[in-house]
Amino acid sequence: MKARIFVTLKGGVLDPQGKAIHHALEGLGFGGVNDVRAGKLIELDRADGTSDEDIDAMCRKLLANTVIENYRIEKVA
Amino acid sequence: MKSAVIVFPGSNCDRDLAVAFEAVTGAKPAMIWHRDTELPDDLDLIGVPGGFSYGDYLRSGAMAARSPVMQAVAKAAERGAYVLGICNGFQVLTESGLLPGALLRNAGGHFVCRDVALTVENAQSAFTSRYDAGEAISFPVAHHDGNYFADAETLDRLEGEGRVALRYAESVNGSARNIAGILNETGNVLGMMPHPERVIEAAHGSTDGRRLFEGLVEGLMARA
Repeated sequence: MKARIFVTLKGGVLDPQGKAIHHALEGLGFGGVNDVRAGKLIELDRADGTSDEDIDAMCRKLLANTVIENYRIEKVA
Repeated sequence: MKSAVIVFPGSNCDRDLAVAFEAVTGAKPAMIWHRDTELPDDLDLIGVPGGFSYGDYLRSGAMAARSPVMQAVAKAAERGAYVLGICNGFQVLTESGLLPGALLRNAGGHFVCRDVALTVENAQSAFTSRYDAGEAISFPVAHHDGNYFADAETLDRLEGEGRVALRYAESVNGSARNIAGILNETGNVLGMMPHPERVIEAAHGSTDGRRLFEGLVEGLMARA
């Protein structure tokens, strides 16, 4: 059983990496983008019996810094 | 007077900080490896040094903040030991919750490595007692993730409680309200991005940083 954790910067938190990507896209001639925000994808191969609560605790305690980031957990069969 | 410097894999300012501690205390600090779960008894002063602990994996300071030794640092801070986090050390202190907020990637996207002008905002703290309020000083910075962020409510509280110790006097990295260094609620923990340990001797080109360490020692002597 796998879980995918998507970690993204909260709205209003500056994302210089996203800005740089946006700028590079424009440099390649792709004009159709209003904004770019970059985040992280963390894949966990979880042992049997690892509860949803455990995964949520992992996100809160380490995988995301909730001062600046949001996270979303997606379970993959 | 007993001091210690925490050493993580990837720390690179630990020895500079040890030299600064020794210069003012007259005794070599204990160098504490990140896997240690206990600190020497009765430490007065703990330094969390600059560098790139754990290669800045996940987020700057995130791994170091969860290392065994930081539990012991938090306990020492709770009983009143002075804790000074510089650069990566500041990132570690925010990640570990000893200080509020977070340090984001510099607004311009660039690594900034130069001397910067600072203003001493609070000259009453244990760390800044040898400076005058409003004094202009200059420390070097060298960081990629020094853009201080906290929500407006936290920023207002920090300002209202005099917990902004140092402010940039120029635009450096996009930090909220140009904050360069903040204190915890009880005033015994300071996190700052600029490097005072790099300006403590005439040969460094400036001794602006030395008074920070001297003030700490004076405060500790007075407390003893």
